[in-house]
Amino acid sequence: MGNAPETEPTPNRSAIIRDAIGIGVATGAYALSFGAISVASGLSVLQTCVLSLLLFSGGSQFALVGVLGAGGSAVAAAGTAVLLGSRNALYGLRLAPLLKVRGLKRAGAAQLVIDESTAMAVGRDSERAARLGFWSTGLSVFILWNLGTLLGGFGAQALRNPEVLGLDAAAPAAFLALLASRMRTRQPWVIAVVAALVALVSVPFVPAGVPVLLAAAAATVLVLRARSGDDTASVRPDSVNAEAGK
Amino acid sequence: MIWAAVLAGSVGCYLLKLAGLSVPPRLLENKTVQRIAAALPVALLSALIVIQTFTTGHRLTLDARAGGLAAALIAVLLRAPFLVVVGAAAATAAIIRLLT
Repeated sequence: MGNAPETEPTPNRSAIIRDAIGIGVATGAYALSFGAISVASGLSVLQTCVLSLLLFSGGSQFALVGVLGAGGSAVAAAGTAVLLGSRNALYGLRLAPLLKVRGLKRAGAAQLVIDESTAMAVGRDSERAARLGFWSTGLSVFILWNLGTLLGGFGAQALRNPEVLGLDAAAPAAFLALLASRMRTRQPWVIAVVAALVALVSVPFVPAGVPVLLAAAAATVLVLRARSGDDTASVRPDSVNAEAGK
Repeated sequence: MIWAAVLAGSVGCYLLKLAGLSVPPRLLENKTVQRIAAALPVALLSALIVIQTFTTGHRLTLDARAGGLAAALIAVLLRAPFLVVVGAAAATAAIIRLLT
């Protein structure tokens, strides 16, 4: 972790680490469903595990396997995943002044920039607590997310027909849970409804995977046109588990 | 083809994470950029939900998955934990298939 306490210990140090492990365990359970859904979508266990190791961003991973499972092209699948991962760049901006990492350490820290680690780092009363929150949550989630993926993938591989267990209905439910925490003001509702309509209307006419990208384009147009409206929009990390667990 | 998606998605997502830690803050502090970044996940998740629930190939369909989504919605409204939401959807879809 590289943040050994040189001076006085942070009073809430153990509380931060306890929370980090708790979030890791909850995320690991969530990874079980990712591993299972990914294999049910037609990826191998190896491909599923490589996604969790290298891509390491839950929403993007679900989206990628969802588009592939629906018969979408590699470009549509990767494009959807990358668009969904764009929020991580904004998290990085918030984290950079707190983490102050350079070189190899920055390259390593970058992989851990996700909803959960950001949520546990920002809003702390000291930079040291922020760094501890980031590293402990990032590493805890990374380890348990990959472990859960492996178990879930092998579990689904053992099944002959995942539809019997309703696994194809599990992915939209996962997306719904991720979406719910973002629906606290009016604007996201407008965007969500327009995006859903654009996607459904375009399904018969464009290649698989493209409707989702069209929905993203429609949302961008909406934002650009509503630019002069309210200025309360802010980028807020939302940990699935912190949200869903309370 | 699956490998291409896996690797391209991984590289793209990693570069975004690294960019956030590396670029001068001003570049992305732009309000419009932030609004778009906040809107994109909402649009993508919403589109993914309806596509994966109400379509099969290029056709609009209504089947057991819709029941699963309804169960998930109820679970979300009851503030159930993530796994309960996903489990409720899968179990409901499985039961509907068993009964029909």
